[in-house]
Amino acid sequence: MQGNEAIAEGALAAGIGFFGAYPITPANEIGEIMARELPRRGGVFIQMEDEIASLAAVVGASLGGLKAATATSGPGFSLMQENIGYAASTEIPCVVINVQRAGPSTGLPTGPAQGDVMQSRWGTHGDHPIIVLAPSSVSECYGLTVRAFNLSEKYRTPVILLADEAVGHMREAVGDLPALPVINRARAEVPAEWYFPYDNNLGDVPPLANFGEGYRYHVTGLFHDKSGFPTERQDEIEPWMERLFHKIEGNLDDIVQVEEEAVEDAETVLISYGGAARSARHAMNQAREKGVRVGLLRLLTLWPFAAAKVRSLSQQAIRFIVVEMNRGQMTLEVERVVAGRIPVDAVHRYDGQLINPHPIMKAIEEA
Amino acid sequence: MAMEKMPPMQYYLRSKKKFPTVWCPGCGIGIVQGGIIRGIERLRLSKDEVAMISGIGCTGRMPVYVDFNTMHTTHGRALAFATGLKLAKPGMKVLVVMGDGDAVAIGGNHFIHAARRNLDLTAIIVNNQTYGMTGGQQSPTTPLGDLATVAPYGNIDQPFDICGLAEAAGAAFVARTTAYHAVEIERFVARGIEKKGFAVIEVLSQCPVFYGRIARRQNAVEMLHWYRDNTSAEALEGKVRRGVLVDRDIPEYGDRYREIVARARGEKARRAEGGRRR
Ligand SMILES: Cc1ncc(C[n+]2csc(CCOP(=O)(O)OP(=O)(O)O)c2C)c(N)n1
Ligand code: SF4
Repeated sequence: MQGNEAIAEGALAAGIGFFGAYPITPANEIGEIMARELPRRGGVFIQMEDEIASLAAVVGASLGGLKAATATSGPGFSLMQENIGYAASTEIPCVVINVQRAGPSTGLPTGPAQGDVMQSRWGTHGDHPIIVLAPSSVSECYGLTVRAFNLSEKYRTPVILLADEAVGHMREAVGDLPALPVINRARAEVPAEWYFPYDNNLGDVPPLANFGEGYRYHVTGLFHDKSGFPTERQDEIEPWMERLFHKIEGNLDDIVQVEEEAVEDAETVLISYGGAARSARHAMNQAREKGVRVGLLRLLTLWPFAAAKVRSLSQQAIRFIVVEMNRGQMTLEVERVVAGRIPVDAVHRYDGQLINPHPIMKAIEEA
Repeated sequence: MAMEKMPPMQYYLRSKKKFPTVWCPGCGIGIVQGGIIRGIERLRLSKDEVAMISGIGCTGRMPVYVDFNTMHTTHGRALAFATGLKLAKPGMKVLVVMGDGDAVAIGGNHFIHAARRNLDLTAIIVNNQTYGMTGGQQSPTTPLGDLATVAPYGNIDQPFDICGLAEAAGAAFVARTTAYHAVEIERFVARGIEKKGFAVIEVLSQCPVFYGRIARRQNAVEMLHWYRDNTSAEALEGKVRRGVLVDRDIPEYGDRYREIVARARGEKARRAEGGRRR
């Protein structure tokens, strides 16, 4: 099975009901599968006029109660940024799949890259929370897509599945895909008069009512009060903002996922994610065969960043090497968290080619 | 409270909570809102089945005041959000209110594609021939030669004919009226909602504060009189045409999609028969 196919399978397993598409390499296979499978299940597939519209339609459908997603790559992801912020502010669940290709601009459409790491965090304007997941294998494409839907439903937030061309177009045997737990958004149960879609007193995530089911409320990208109406009152804006961030930052244990390999005795810890982590693992295995004590910290959740884990490993390892297909976007984040305690080296590649294990080996040996 | 016991304005508006509006004195948007409400009242629609979706601008603020399922989206994108909602909730009546900049400048692409697709949405465009909210820049419907804040020597961009655009792009229903003709707004909105397919109702509406002052040197009353004197329900030389300009039966997108679903689910043969007979 191919990575993009596994992403589509994950979306179907999570219960997707709406897919808004706009063609772009290397994400096209996802839309093709959705166009075939969603009608069979009574769901909706629509190809919109651009990526701004595809995400807008996704958000509209989600407000109508369907689990909804779109898939794109660099240029399309850039176009989606304003509406990602809208979904974050209005707290409407949706999943944005970005199968990264080399950029900037039109770049190298079929070249793998991880250049959208910072964009996935900060691409839309204004302070906002976001969840970003990065699969490294075909089976993880499936599992993390299910997880992306689950987190978006649970936390009422856009979730970005940040795949890359390497993983999206890779083929691996996965056997039977497992049935994974599926989370659905909390539904409003109170009488309509008592329903407040942004009630800060209901915990981190107030229930979201579907449009058209008796709960008439307002949704706006303006700062809003608990009913959803625009407000300029600081005593309403501040608690809402606090909750918006707290629902993510207060649930890091649930949201942040990493995988550690051979870190217990490691002097050098490689930090990597997505397609690049495969090269890192390869190099680690080679180094281990030579008796070098190397481990791998693989980030499955990119944002929020696994700061606590990186900090604790920095107290045990002698050095980090960040391996990524960009000019050091995550390296910066690791450096920020390590704050000079140990050296942070890096192996970067950003010409649309995969990272060979060789330069990673070299970096390990240069220690 | 039951609809019958209350005046429709009060029943359908969030009148207790959300007034006064943000609109300037003399603005035409409130008249359009009144016409929309009366159009909905004509059809006896329940508040729960109606959604009003807007983009950004003075017109974009309308959904705050009406007691429906309401959504104020991003500038120009209201039709795309509405497309998702309508496909998720086919039973809802989805109204989309937009300014002229919202609908045919930044949202122009969505506008022509919504018309082409012919999904059952009702688009109401409040055409004040300017960007009201940002202070009076020329919009895609500002006439040639008019002054605007960033056209201090006169506008050299040819204006769009919104109704012509909608017709050419494939809308099932297209109508034009003005804020002076409030009863027409009500009638056309009701017909637009009833029409199965993409309906466009353009309402010329005064922005006395910017367009009136900068381009026309007219106040609200003078602008309304201009609409009265310079538009006509018949096609007359030198007058802007009002009325229902297009009303045609074109297969609606939602119906087409449901046929696809039926086909994908293996009811291909039976559906194809029915499709041919219609
Ligand atoms: C992407 C984006 N660009 C620009 C703006 C600023 N902006 C706010 S309202 C508006 C234009 C409003 O004009 P129109 O759509 O004609 O509506 P009106 O205010 O006249 O009703 C603009 C450009 C914005 N909010 N978003
Ligand atoms: S700026 Fe113009 S369009 Fe906007 S509310 Fe004022 S009068 Fe109306």
